Amino acid sequence: MATATLPVALADATRDDASLRRFLHGLPGVDQVGVEQRAAGLGTRSIKKAAKLWAIDTAISMVDLTTLEGADTHGKVRALCAKARRPDPDRPDTPPVAAVCVYPDLAATAVEALAGTGIAVASVATAFPSGRSSREVKLADVRLAVTSGAAEVDMVIDRGAFLEGRYGQVFEEIQAVKAACGDAHLKVILETGELATYDNVRRASWLALLAGGDFIKTSTGKVSPAATLPVTHVMLQAVRDWYTATGELRGVKPAGGIRTTKDAIRYLVAVHEVAGEQWLTPTLFRFGASSLLNDLLLQRRTQLDGHYSGPDYLAVD
Amino acid sequence: MSDARVTVAKTYKLYLGGAFPRSESGRTYPVTDAKGRFLANAAHASRKDLRDAVVAARKAFGGWSGATAYNRGQVLYRVAEMLEGRREQFASEVAASEGLPAKKAQSLVDAAVDRWVWYAGWTDKVATVLGAANPVAGPYFSFTVPEPTGVVGVLAPQRSSLLGLVSVLAPVLATGCTAVVVSSAERPLPAITLSEVLATSDVPAGVVNVLTGKASELGPWLASHADVNAIDPTGAGPVGRVELAREAAGTVKRVLAVPEEEPDWTAQPDIARLRQYLEPKTVWHPMGV
Repeated sequence: MATATLPVALADATRDDASLRRFLHGLPGVDQVGVEQRAAGLGTRSIKKAAKLWAIDTAISMVDLTTLEGADTHGKVRALCAKARRPDPDRPDTPPVAAVCVYPDLAATAVEALAGTGIAVASVATAFPSGRSSREVKLADVRLAVTSGAAEVDMVIDRGAFLEGRYGQVFEEIQAVKAACGDAHLKVILETGELATYDNVRRASWLALLAGGDFIKTSTGKVSPAATLPVTHVMLQAVRDWYTATGELRGVKPAGGIRTTKDAIRYLVAVHEVAGEQWLTPTLFRFGASSLLNDLLLQRRTQLDGHYSGPDYLAVD
Repeated sequence: MSDARVTVAKTYKLYLGGAFPRSESGRTYPVTDAKGRFLANAAHASRKDLRDAVVAARKAFGGWSGATAYNRGQVLYRVAEMLEGRREQFASEVAASEGLPAKKAQSLVDAAVDRWVWYAGWTDKVATVLGAANPVAGPYFSFTVPEPTGVVGVLAPQRSSLLGLVSVLAPVLATGCTAVVVSSAERPLPAITLSEVLATSDVPAGVVNVLTGKASELGPWLASHADVNAIDPTGAGPVGRVELAREAAGTVKRVLAVPEEEPDWTAQPDIARLRQYLEPKTVWHPMGV
């Protein structure tokens, strides 16, 4: 991101380590009880019939269909890509997902399988999921992803450095990764489950936005708790405030632990209420998920068929 | 002192995935005895409770169907022991629900316990009776083994609140299937007590799910649900049964053929119900040299 276009206050924040610290610690604290209550309150909103069907289709088109296992094979990635293109083959009007998310060594396979479909390939990088390696190794990981053709890179921040208060180091690392990404979109994984407080989530969000992350992402999916509604609220507030301050639109991606349609719809309500309607698009909001897609498809079938469907009728992934 | 005591009016809940949640809809309805006197409140299950019950039953199916027949028999026998331990409670509930004299109710409870034991004994015998080593014209061993059908939706009898319920539920469990039971609407108390028995015995969570509510409301959703493999329409009545069969046709379910009117449940059953919930699998194996 072109830091030159930042308003003075924000540009000033990134001048050096001390000013970065001053800026992040100067952010207003998060009202923990308030944000949890608000998230729970919005979660009770009832979405039915046509609105539900719209929400299901929107959620499907926002899914980053993910496989991040040690046991991933080229065959499994190809199968996942087939599912991404045509999530429900019996119903060709089902929208395709937004992206397929894999490890960098499998990105080339996914790129090949998705050529010409408009579905992006996202690759995790920077010593995912722990992020515990040297800067060179992390950047080499990013280069592998980018040269394999990944259009989106999901990096993890150095939580250790962040928790020790070495914000400058985290900032520089995100900038270096952003530079290594080239044209690829950068998603910055904050791993909120390890950040301990909502205040830290807010600071990490702003840090990632200042450093040029196109998306801020809650979690790797390898740590519990992963994405939660209150954490996503805090992050949505950050991108909304960023937009107010700079006029730039940045995205949010909750990942991990979102398994049911009901959960997904709660997140969409949160996006609408906290950030705004213009964030209800796959370019600005994504779900990092694997099993969520099948539940969305089952619910979609239930809405259209008038009776409950079963997992026997869908591809297992 | 005991005269002045105010009795505790109960509001029962559903039995779903091993837990006792309220209905998602928040609805309850009053249950009365045969003379119309208030007994307790029961949860009025909705179609979403039914959906959750099917999910729980599907989740439990792998473990229950994969358990050895011997183990299933032991677990079911343990349930019979627990039923026996609650004889008096069941007897008073059956007497109140069905408007029977105490002695008659007691004999129905005893018959229900005996029925449960009878089905528990079948778990490790049914494969021998319904399976076969087939004589074939070729150098092969050909075996047929019965395997459980899957998730079974049971609309329990409306009149016989315990013996009828046990007679339709026990064969489902004996074969290794898991069950979503819609209890008698007007006489649900024995079914609720049976859930308490199941919850405190060794039956894994989700193997039996008991919904109290209207068969006419829940039946069509159960019959059309694509993740339910068989349905017993006993409690639907003659008209409802036709509708259920039509709904079930879309997903080619097993629909148990049941008599128009509720049969005399005290009669000794045969293994027809066990056969209904088993699918034959035939394996051809080349003979060795």
